[in-house]
Amino acid sequence: MTTSLDSYRGVVGSDVVDELVQLADRVRHRRLQHVNSTAVGGGVAELLTRMVPLFRELGIETSWDVIEGDEAFFAVTKAFHNALHGAQETITEEMLDVYRAAQDKNLHDLGQMGDFVVIHDPQPAGLIARKKESGGHWLWRCHIDVSTPDPAVWDFLRPYVEQYDGSIFSMPEFSQELPIPQFMVPPSIDPLSDKNRELADDEITAVVQKHGLDPERPILTQISRFDRLKDPVGVIQAYRLVKRRYDCQLLLAGGGASDDPEGEQVLQEVREAANDDPDVHVLLLPPFSDLEINALVRGSTIIMQKSLKEGFGLTVTEALWKGRPVIGGSVGGIKLQLLNGVTGFLVHSPEGAANRAIELLGDETLRQTIGANGHQHVRQNFLTTRHVRDYLLLMLAMEYRDTDITLLTAKP
Amino acid sequence: MAKNEKQPFIFDTELRLVMLTGLKVRTVADLRRTLALVPGSSIFFHTHHEYLAHNFHKPLHYNDFSVWVSQTLREEALAEKLAAIDLLALTTIRGLREALLKTLDDYTAAKGDVPQECRPDEAFHFCRSKSFILPTGIVANDVPEFFAKLPLITDASLYFHFFEARLRLGRLTSDFSRWLKERDRGDLADAINALNPYIRTLDELKQDIIRIGQGAGALHS
Repeated sequence: MTTSLDSYRGVVGSDVVDELVQLADRVRHRRLQHVNSTAVGGGVAELLTRMVPLFRELGIETSWDVIEGDEAFFAVTKAFHNALHGAQETITEEMLDVYRAAQDKNLHDLGQMGDFVVIHDPQPAGLIARKKESGGHWLWRCHIDVSTPDPAVWDFLRPYVEQYDGSIFSMPEFSQELPIPQFMVPPSIDPLSDKNRELADDEITAVVQKHGLDPERPILTQISRFDRLKDPVGVIQAYRLVKRRYDCQLLLAGGGASDDPEGEQVLQEVREAANDDPDVHVLLLPPFSDLEINALVRGSTIIMQKSLKEGFGLTVTEALWKGRPVIGGSVGGIKLQLLNGVTGFLVHSPEGAANRAIELLGDETLRQTIGANGHQHVRQNFLTTRHVRDYLLLMLAMEYRDTDITLLTAKP
Repeated sequence: MAKNEKQPFIFDTELRLVMLTGLKVRTVADLRRTLALVPGSSIFFHTHHEYLAHNFHKPLHYNDFSVWVSQTLREEALAEKLAAIDLLALTTIRGLREALLKTLDDYTAAKGDVPQECRPDEAFHFCRSKSFILPTGIVANDVPEFFAKLPLITDASLYFHFFEARLRLGRLTSDFSRWLKERDRGDLADAINALNPYIRTLDELKQDIIRIGQGAGALHS
């Protein structure tokens, strides 16, 4: 479902939407092109699904291309992903060859390029080879936490990255010493998407009950891909500690992404750790389960995102928007979102997560206050309209490279 | 902007991107060294962006350097000295940079050594901003209209005309005072100049300015 720009006026205010129109007037005749590695599943695909129609409505010709890759390629890029997050991975010369070959094949298949090309994440980073021939402004958008990257992978990617006209990271901690401009653009959620829009109470209860959860008892929930870096087993440990004080339930729900071959294995580990506890619900959700996820979050008492590494953590943003109190790992973009004790709680261990959950379960006022602050924090900083604005500004920034402050006070 | 007394006041607004320099520091000595090198836009960013941010509580310090020195290095006295730099007395980023460097130098000289090194994940990351100024479409043709339209402007617009214009564009005073002076309302210009925007929220600042207009009967011609 496409949402018109005008629909956002009621959520973010008319001045914000008017500002987008005004900015778009200054870049209207440029073509914007996004390239990533998956059309469905994962945060990047979700972001683009919502943002591309808005760019088009603003009068900017916008395209979205998805590169192709086989299982071997996605196994390599998953290893890259883990290594850039600082995990131990063995990267062989053969793996690098698989990466290079996939870039070559996709370069061959690419059609005409835009005036502004945004390449998302490492998977298609090698497409920069096309810049010489196509011209235009090329930006590399890194969605992942590269604060402590494995040097082997970063050194391999760096020569690609350095050929771009600019790079985009989600927070200052991810920036690198690079010879190209670096911009900070946190990602965003769409308040009007099925995943985030308001739902009626009976819709929420119906979904909660459909999945065997009892709406009368507290529900702790982590919505996440089944990935070790999201620490689902740590969440189960935290739940067991909470369970000693409160008769609660745990929901671990997530979908898979076509570029994540490890998911099945991690899901198995989670099921083993759950050990047939009837109050632990492990759900593998199919793609397009947005309404279900929305209802499950709204029907939960507390949301966990106990990641060990995190790019940004859009599941946190989504939960905050719904006014749910969130307990998150003190990593990556979660730290930008959970101002500790104000908009949520940051933790470093299953014990820490359990302590905060016990505190929240015992204090309804605290849950409400934290939830309301979290909603406000997202409204100010992490909604789609701010993200669209940042991209429009990036287009301008590429055209006005040499000034720190640019007066665009004349009519376009 | 007003060039002569017939010019209306055009309310502009600022939209900005945060840029990352890739430079990070973990000690006071490194902070001092890097402060001398970073672009002026980075100094401005770290001493001003908090005024535009939405805060749930009034921050202890608005200046990022003070916050980091206090919360991460636990060097409270230095944090207070950095926060006490009188931004209102400075009219250039260059002057602001020199004041920061002098504060760090004086403190280090007096203390002998400030050896603390923070954990890598607590490093201070230097950012800067790249700003674009656009018209809001709100225009005031005379002084009463100027004060009447003030309630309509956004925080970003007020921030631009007060903070950016004065320090970053080197206009020496806020755009409001400059324009009012050109309209022969030096009394109002001086009253606005006497406000200290660094101890008020933007909303409070806006109310202060509106009150100045009301007090002088400037809302009615």
